Amino acid sequence: ISMYHKEKSIQVKNSASALYNNLGVLRIAPRHLTYFTVVHANVVNMVSASWDGLNYSHRQLQSKEPNVATSTSLIMQAAFCPLPSRDLLVVTSQKGIQMYESDGSIMVYWHALDTPETPTAQAVFARGISAVRESYICVGVSSGAILVFDVPIKGSNITLSEVLKEHKESITDIAPECSGQPGMECIADLVSADDGGNLCVWKSGEDFQLLNNIPGFDMSCSSVKLWKGTVVAGYGTGQIHLYEAVTGILHAEINAHARWIYSLDIAPFSGLLLSAAEDSLVRVWHLTMTPETNSVEVAHLHNECVTDTQICGAKFCDGDGYAFAVTGYDLSEIIRYTQS
Amino acid sequence: MSSRTLPLLFINLGGEMLYILDQRLRAQNIPADKAKKVMNDIITTMFNKKFLEELFKPQELYSKKALRTVFDRLAHASIMRLNQASMDKLYDLMTMAFKYQVLLCPRPKDILLISFNHMDAIKDFVKDTPSILSQVDETYQQLIEMYTTLCSGEFQLIRQTLLIFFQDMHIRVSIFLKDKVQNSNGRFVLPTSGPVPYGTQVPGLIRMFSCTGEEVTRLQFNNGGNYTAALREGSFEIFRDRVTKLGTNMYSVSRPVETHMSGTSKNSAQHTKVNTAPNPLAKEELNLLAKLMGGLEVPKSGNADNVDNIVFQDQQVNAELAKIMGEFTESGEQSPSSSSKGDDLLAMMDGL
Repeated sequence: ISMYHKEKSIQVKNSASALYNNLGVLRIAPRHLTYFTVVHANVVNMVSASWDGLNYSHRQLQSKEPNVATSTSLIMQAAFCPLPSRDLLVVTSQKGIQMYESDGSIMVYWHALDTPETPTAQAVFARGISAVRESYICVGVSSGAILVFDVPIKGSNITLSEVLKEHKESITDIAPECSGQPGMECIADLVSADDGGNLCVWKSGEDFQLLNNIPGFDMSCSSVKLWKGTVVAGYGTGQIHLYEAVTGILHAEINAHARWIYSLDIAPFSGLLLSAAEDSLVRVWHLTMTPETNSVEVAHLHNECVTDTQICGAKFCDGDGYAFAVTGYDLSEIIRYTQS
Repeated sequence: MSSRTLPLLFINLGGEMLYILDQRLRAQNIPADKAKKVMNDIITTMFNKKFLEELFKPQELYSKKALRTVFDRLAHASIMRLNQASMDKLYDLMTMAFKYQVLLCPRPKDILLISFNHMDAIKDFVKDTPSILSQVDETYQQLIEMYTTLCSGEFQLIRQTLLIFFQDMHIRVSIFLKDKVQNSNGRFVLPTSGPVPYGTQVPGLIRMFSCTGEEVTRLQFNNGGNYTAALREGSFEIFRDRVTKLGTNMYSVSRPVETHMSGTSKNSAQHTKVNTAPNPLAKEELNLLAKLMGGLEVPKSGNADNVDNIVFQDQQVNAELAKIMGEFTESGEQSPSSSSKGDDLLAMMDGL
């Protein structure tokens, strides 16, 4: 019997663009709702889906600078940033970074990137979004810089607290330690990845501290995750690597996909890993940590083939990995799967 | 997104356009010297030094509308005239062909190999004309200079930029349907079999290591496909084997060309509505392009009867050129049920 089965898809107003990590999911347990975001060119499509499957509401967010009527730009990524005090939706584009209340109703902050008068050979954009610890949101930039924003408990007084300049190539993805286990004190809070496959491991704080730099092998790392001190990185070659974050020790290497990986996700309570690529496959794996032997084991559990589709986003819908959702280039739907 | 996308978009679309025009000129038995003149004139315009200089500057992609205008002008750079409907169909074929190549290319860097396949074919079209040949060679150098040093991530950004440009285009192309690379819903077939890209391993292996770096376990898993090892890498130099067939001429003599029309009316229903909202930048783009394409005579009316611009005096040739203009319907040719002028004028692209 198959581990997962397909559920009814959610229709979206536009098709998904071919961008890394192109699916945002936020579970709102008290209201029995889940928010989804899918990027299409210069628009973010938001769907709010009730858990009983009866109510869907849609909203679109445009990428544009406030007060500049004709300016539009392409969006690179939209992601939810859950913080203890509030959840924000962050949208990054060629022009800058927008932060909204999690339902997309109000824009609370805008940060403009330094865009040159005439275009340069090196593209300018923001990409890579992560909430960290109690009050930070980190966003990557095409130059390799990472902007650290300090977010107050409420209101729009968000400030740029620091700029981390360690990466030399465009940031692709950023992820927080997501184990969420009380009493498990993880040393590393954040991992960032770039187009050269280089991984930086950080400790957050008033001044972020670089704990480790794991060199790449000249191949873009398009998606990265950090769980129980282990970095899980997906590459353009279709490989997944697992590293011990603070030491850089390689735990495992998987020849996972036949094409470029576009999305990774981890279900923190169960240790399930989700990987999705241009090869039309979504794969589910299981990670087991054995602290005594400092080893990590990986087992392959399940495959789903989304026929004739280059997948661009895949995320678990809950912390146990009971359900996951998928988006694909040119598809105007969010495909959902649930454990059988 | 990537400011280095436009040259690749233009060269590959131009290459596809030349393949199609070459096939039509042969299919309609246009005399070799006249056909050659048409091809040479278009290629000369395509590789116009000033235009290419502008093209290679870092910039965002042109809008769909602006790019279409460039190709309208290019298609009319010779004595050949196409009416609106034929031009529409030509453009649909060109764009779907390149969309297919971009989507199917194994690695983002292979887009450069696809571009070189087009360039190789263009070189072959003009191999007897040294002046144009040198323009093409210079462009090769520019491509090598600009693109061979880019990293994998930058190529993927270019590819992603192209995919946004081609988003939601699902026009059915008979040659693709026949070859079963496109489904009847207009979406391309993405096989989960065949050679993996150069630099990728066949999926199926998990290796786990000890802290000292020794491999402790190997596990196999079912990859759900039927993959084989990668082929050798295609070459990025001027006179070499590209390995990939993407970007080579689908319509060449050795291949039987599909002659069955695959339902134009359905195709047009699948056309995405192009955003016609006034774009303040578009006028600027169009003005610049018009200047660079150098005051070409484009007939103001869509009336294909207008042969005044054509140089040839020869009556026989005029009749054949009128055929190209799509007015001519041969007896017995499968024509759409409607006898409206619009349908007849599609005869130009009927065979494709």
